[in-house]
Amino acid sequence: MKKHLDSQTASGDRLGHLKNGNVVDNPWQTLRRYTDARIGLGRAGISLPTSAMLGFQLSHAKARDAVKLRLDTELLSQQLQQQLGEFSADFPHSPLVLHSQAFDRTSFLQRPDLGRKLNDASRNTLLNFMTQQQGDSEPEYDLAIVVADGLSSLAVQHNAAPFLKQFMARIHNEKSPSKLAPLTIIEQGRVAIGDEVGQSLNAKAVLLLIGERPGLSSPDSLGVYFTWGPKVGVNDSQRNCISNIRPAGLGFDDAAQRAMYLLTQARRIKRSGIQLKDHSDYTSRDAFVQRGLPKRSFLTKPS
Amino acid sequence: MSQGYRHTVGSCTYQFENLAQLMAKATPARSGDRLAGLIAQSAEERAVAQLTLAEVSLTTFLNDALIPYEDDEITRLIIDEHDLKAFAPIAHLTVGDFRNWLLSDHATSEVLASIRQGITPEMAAAVSKIMRNQDLILVAKKCQISSAFRSTIGLPDRLSTRLQPNHPTDDVNGIAASMLDGLLYGSGDAVIGINPATDNVKQATNLLHLMDDVIQQYQIPTQSCVLTHVTNTLECIEAGAPVDLVFQSIGGTQATNDSFGFNLATLAEAQAAALSLNRGTVGNNLMYFETGQGSALSANAHHGVDQQTCEARAYGVARKFNPLLVNTVVGFIGPEYLYDGKEITRAGLEDHFCGKLLGLPMGCDVCYTNHAEADQNDMDNLLSLLGVAGCSFIMGIPGSDDIMLNYQTTSFHDALYLRRVLGLRPAPEFEMWLDKMNIMKNNGQHVLSGNVPGPFACSLHAIGGN
Repeated sequence: MKKHLDSQTASGDRLGHLKNGNVVDNPWQTLRRYTDARIGLGRAGISLPTSAMLGFQLSHAKARDAVKLRLDTELLSQQLQQQLGEFSADFPHSPLVLHSQAFDRTSFLQRPDLGRKLNDASRNTLLNFMTQQQGDSEPEYDLAIVVADGLSSLAVQHNAAPFLKQFMARIHNEKSPSKLAPLTIIEQGRVAIGDEVGQSLNAKAVLLLIGERPGLSSPDSLGVYFTWGPKVGVNDSQRNCISNIRPAGLGFDDAAQRAMYLLTQARRIKRSGIQLKDHSDYTSRDAFVQRGLPKRSFLTKPS
Repeated sequence: MSQGYRHTVGSCTYQFENLAQLMAKATPARSGDRLAGLIAQSAEERAVAQLTLAEVSLTTFLNDALIPYEDDEITRLIIDEHDLKAFAPIAHLTVGDFRNWLLSDHATSEVLASIRQGITPEMAAAVSKIMRNQDLILVAKKCQISSAFRSTIGLPDRLSTRLQPNHPTDDVNGIAASMLDGLLYGSGDAVIGINPATDNVKQATNLLHLMDDVIQQYQIPTQSCVLTHVTNTLECIEAGAPVDLVFQSIGGTQATNDSFGFNLATLAEAQAAALSLNRGTVGNNLMYFETGQGSALSANAHHGVDQQTCEARAYGVARKFNPLLVNTVVGFIGPEYLYDGKEITRAGLEDHFCGKLLGLPMGCDVCYTNHAEADQNDMDNLLSLLGVAGCSFIMGIPGSDDIMLNYQTTSFHDALYLRRVLGLRPAPEFEMWLDKMNIMKNNGQHVLSGNVPGPFACSLHAIGGN
């Protein structure tokens, strides 16, 4: 969780001989227990000390490498089936693995338009699936859950399955059961591709899990996007987003609670996005609201 | 409508279908225009487009709307509020002449201020396309724009900073830790502004109280802002939260702003609501806008207009609302719009120039993401260039690492570097506070104190710190 600080300390020790009294330490380093932010770095004159500067360079190098890492779809598929084993009745089919029109990482980075569309093979996969399911009438689903690599396959690989486990537990607590579309996994996918998947699967709503752009301290941050009535061409103001889902960020339980809140409210008002404000703090009933947020920080005393 | 533009070089005649295409092809290369299919097909075509654009008269921009008047409320805003009297002194100029005029000794700070309302965003964009980086710096430096709320931003030889204490879960102590770090490094005179982890009215209200309590207890001459959607801020105001500034990300086309979920009337409503709180002490500029090249294309709302011209049109929106701060978040959007350090640098200088020319208190989030071909050295370069150009404010974040938004921007140390090498000072009200608190002494070198000032030391002591 605090890897970058550890590495700074380590390099700081190695470079300790450089200090020579030219580095002014900040006596508030103890505040690092509250945040991963790079606070209390000290200074050489008014500039970054050598250890902090080189520590940053190492973190940037790691993040650059993470952007290029490819999603292991086979492993993810296994992870999802294992973690969601208790909900196997909801997912009678194994996840469908799809691919955007961006054929590799370079094309994905330079052509976001391609990352928002399924390639022909994937469109056929969905079409075939729907044809197979067709009985007396066209199948219809309450929700499609889509997992896409986005800008960090690491985020998806680490955090998609544990988030979904929490989310599915809530789906099961609902009064009326939801019919779920098969899980889909998308390589080289961007946010809007979820809408095409949701539309193709005839789903009333789509929940997209996607790797967010890697930060220096958080290469594995997962984002969740929710759209009611997904179809190609839906714009961003019609989506709701829950960001920074990872063990050291927004926890799986809280994130699942918020996602469930969005789904419940959207069902009521038949829309999502800007008209669906996240008032989940006001209304949720479990520990999430009781814990609340203290308004006052250590910097201010009660008046 | 235009009949198109032609230019002959030797035996080769170049044809540009319309003004929008000519503007796009004259734009220095960047990946977003390539993505949109608007970019010049060769270096020569770009150079020829620039020559052709230089011959276009400024009045053309009043008669040939790039996005139709009927379709777009921003075009209507630009045309309806254009000041012909202010325009008169430059009305006879072509784009090329306008560059010469801007660079000339005749165009003093006072003269530039007097013609400001006669310049449309499209004119500013057009002339920027035929200016070199040093031209953009020189003219921007001549444009003096100041704004005020509890501190005064943009006075000559001043550089302010937004303290950006973001935290991935909005933890109040985590945010406070970054605030303390920043304040003790002399940061926060433009605003203390938090990007909340989730757009949630309740959370925004809590964060507003958190910052307001700190500002009041330590009597800091600055303002706070939660960078949430304008409609959330309206709800916060209605619920009685201590709102200083109204934030909104804005784009240069109506369709972009539709995709952001607001229009000009929404901004006017929020501005009026915040003004009614009467919380400013030295001024009443209380809108905080963020922009960035590529947002219109990203929203599929660019109407075939290049990304830098769309950006300049966003400044047309901003100046309607007398903002305290306008911030181009230049490298945040990613490599599909600005590919590398070179493109980010050029865009940052263009945005700062266009904003200043149109009369905005322009700052820049000198930044990049981890999927862009850029690094700290690129940021050092742009930061230094913007400092020379007289940029009003930059961001300040612990160690350049935004752990919530996952990108790198300028650190508290970076701001001190720029202040020191260029002799720039904080906002006057904030400078006095830093002096009074014994954080930074203004003896010409901006020397930071080695000790934690008394009031902050008490708070640290209370939680078992040093």
